[in-house]
Amino acid sequence: MTADIQGRALAMLNRFAQADWPDRLKLRKPVEKLIYNGSRASFRAAAQRTGKAGSTPRPVAPDSLFDLSLSDEQQMLVEMLEAFASEILRPLAHDADAQAALPAALLNQAHELGLTHYAVSEAQGGMAGERTTLSNALIAEALGKGDLSLAAALLVPLSAANCIRRWGSAAQQALWLPAFVADEPAPVMAIAVNEPTPLFDPQKLQTRAHKRGKHYLLSGEKCLVLRGLDASQLIVAAQAADGPGLFVVEAGAKGLQRSPQPAMGLKAGSTARIRLNKVKVAQEARLSGEGFDYQSFVDHASLAWCALAIGTAQAALDYVIPYCNERVAFGEPISHRQGVAFMVADMAVEVDAMRVMVWRACARAEQGLSFQREAYLARLLCSEKAMKIGTDAVQLLGGHGFTKEHPVERWYRDLRALAVMAGGLQL
Amino acid sequence: MNLETPKKFQGLVNQAHQVAENYFRPISRKYDKAEHAYPKELDLLAALLDGMNAGSPDAIGATSASKRGAAREQQEGVKNGGNMSALLGVMELCWGDVGLLLAMPRQGLGNAAIAAVANDEQLARFSGTWAAMAITEPGCGSDSAAIRTTAIKDGDYYVLNGEKIFVTSGERADSVVVWATLDKGLGRAAIKSFVVEHGTPGMSVTRLEKKLGIKASDTASISFSDCRVPAANLLGNPEIDVQKGFAGVMETFDNTRPLVAGMAVGVAKASLDRTRELLKKVCKLDYRKPLLSVSHAEATLYRLEAEWEAARLLTLKAAWMADNKLPNSKEASIAKAKAGRVANEVTLKCVELAGALGYGEDELLEKWARDSKILDIFEGTQQIQLLIVARRLLGKSSSELK
Repeated sequence: MTADIQGRALAMLNRFAQADWPDRLKLRKPVEKLIYNGSRASFRAAAQRTGKAGSTPRPVAPDSLFDLSLSDEQQMLVEMLEAFASEILRPLAHDADAQAALPAALLNQAHELGLTHYAVSEAQGGMAGERTTLSNALIAEALGKGDLSLAAALLVPLSAANCIRRWGSAAQQALWLPAFVADEPAPVMAIAVNEPTPLFDPQKLQTRAHKRGKHYLLSGEKCLVLRGLDASQLIVAAQAADGPGLFVVEAGAKGLQRSPQPAMGLKAGSTARIRLNKVKVAQEARLSGEGFDYQSFVDHASLAWCALAIGTAQAALDYVIPYCNERVAFGEPISHRQGVAFMVADMAVEVDAMRVMVWRACARAEQGLSFQREAYLARLLCSEKAMKIGTDAVQLLGGHGFTKEHPVERWYRDLRALAVMAGGLQL
Repeated sequence: MNLETPKKFQGLVNQAHQVAENYFRPISRKYDKAEHAYPKELDLLAALLDGMNAGSPDAIGATSASKRGAAREQQEGVKNGGNMSALLGVMELCWGDVGLLLAMPRQGLGNAAIAAVANDEQLARFSGTWAAMAITEPGCGSDSAAIRTTAIKDGDYYVLNGEKIFVTSGERADSVVVWATLDKGLGRAAIKSFVVEHGTPGMSVTRLEKKLGIKASDTASISFSDCRVPAANLLGNPEIDVQKGFAGVMETFDNTRPLVAGMAVGVAKASLDRTRELLKKVCKLDYRKPLLSVSHAEATLYRLEAEWEAARLLTLKAAWMADNKLPNSKEASIAKAKAGRVANEVTLKCVELAGALGYGEDELLEKWARDSKILDIFEGTQQIQLLIVARRLLGKSSSELK
């Protein structure tokens, strides 16, 4: 571990140490432990890299057994973020939805959590090791339990960093990644993939990137871009002559026009429409890491949405259980009726189903195994089941579920996004 | 985190697949047609399996799926043990033929019950026996606490009276594990299981069912009339412990439900594989195009595969929990509920996808669609599983959430 990386980790810890909200939530200890473990792990990894391989015996191949358990670090991460989700995100969610804006205070708190560290490699000052896909999914799932649209908005910087780490060249990583783990809040770099057309296929982008000398000219229209309005830069997916590519575009570039595009849900993410008219982008701004794989980019995005939906679907299940137990009709709690109880049981069955599908795809991705099939099937299953859970949650609350007195109508609107969104996030 | 089939069981999976493909499939239709005829081919296979199990710690079959087996392993950390290996074997064998697996000698649920709750003396005495399981009665299906078969102590014997139905291999097995109550007034706590050997006076097979599917597996009705069973054949504790109640007998289900879920996963895979083969010219299945932009047939295949994969992973999860001694009642029921309904949907839909080809007897698709139905019924119906899951989630007793 270089002094530089240690320095950055210390800076992050210091930032966290100065905040007072962790004490209110009794989060300080778990976070300190987490950071300690995280840095210890990267220290160990760094030490192993400097030392010669063979000096310490390699442990038994960790993947030889079927194993659903989380590492200690992942367990702590989940506990901490679930507390953050329930104590911070949930209370803010109603107003953020109504005002279609991210509360400024929340952005500071999210910065203090240092989530982007999980997307930036150790070499650039972060804590992302070789295996980060599942940890990233757990982050999304835990935050999604608080509120889907707030969680999605908070995950935008982490997603951009994941994009650059995974798909950028070494030079591009060195250029852009340090800002994501700096003292100042991470830059907002939004990912624009969706286009305003029915039956949109991310493999058939209408946005074009024409090569002109050392530049590309980007033209087309993007929609439902999460945090598209407050982003300083955009990662735009566009079709070039040699295949689909990802281009880092300055939000203020000439020919780029942004406008709000409010939708059914994802309100806190302030979704935007973006029109590109011959926007000039230097060729160095095209993400050009060696292993660039557009399909994998699409799949990592799908898994991010799935992970968020698992969290929100779990939240819906956790919400309807006490409601159905307390709501009395015909002299007893409605949960005593099979017609109600079976809906609750089905929600639990399918949340579990979503989780194992997504976890398997993530585990395969981080092991370097093919995961296109697994991500496709996970997306398919999650799109269908998450919406079913969303609609059943409203149904179980009856007329009350239809009002803004309860969060289920918001989850209903947010979960509809799952089958629709392409890109936007990245595990 | 790793949700791939453990490498150490890959050999077992391959072996089981070979058996399914080369031993079960060729006789699959034969015994679907010849209901009640004993598949004699199974004797050789059973002997082979017994030999394999004796020589390997990663045994397959009913008896390896027990907590006892997991407890014997002293290895530290995460375990993939008997529950998972049994499950993986069952999935493959049922890809071959569910009925034939259920008809396998010495692999019945009775053997699983003995493995789970017998004491050491009983384990030794009943080793090598083929035990069927008799729970259901004409007046009690899923409600096994309502059992009316009585067992009255008389010296060194219990005297059994009552009638059991739906006993898998009830006629072919050497013995039957019978659930009976010591005292109807004491409810679930008084229900005990007894090993009753064929030939015991007072025990008689009264009929064999004609069924929709799994015809290779025989289903018997057995009546007990002043049937005297040695007291030493009562499995587990003879005391009526009202506090602990039903736990003893129900415990078996936490281990056997994932196995039945595994049967569902296996037969559904058979249908999916064959249907994909039949439709390969019209369905590309490259996991790339948006679901809404492929043909309806292709989208259906994708959806069925996703449901199947979810069922498979939930089932592996339940077995993994059992191997690691994590309480898994809820997860076992989730797996059984999901796999049962998914297998039924998949097999029926595959008949539809293959059209007249799928409905005719030239293909096995119609057979699998008949076989699968029982998997959403026995070892706890879909509705019973949902009740169990719902009661856990909602914190309700069986008297509150009926």
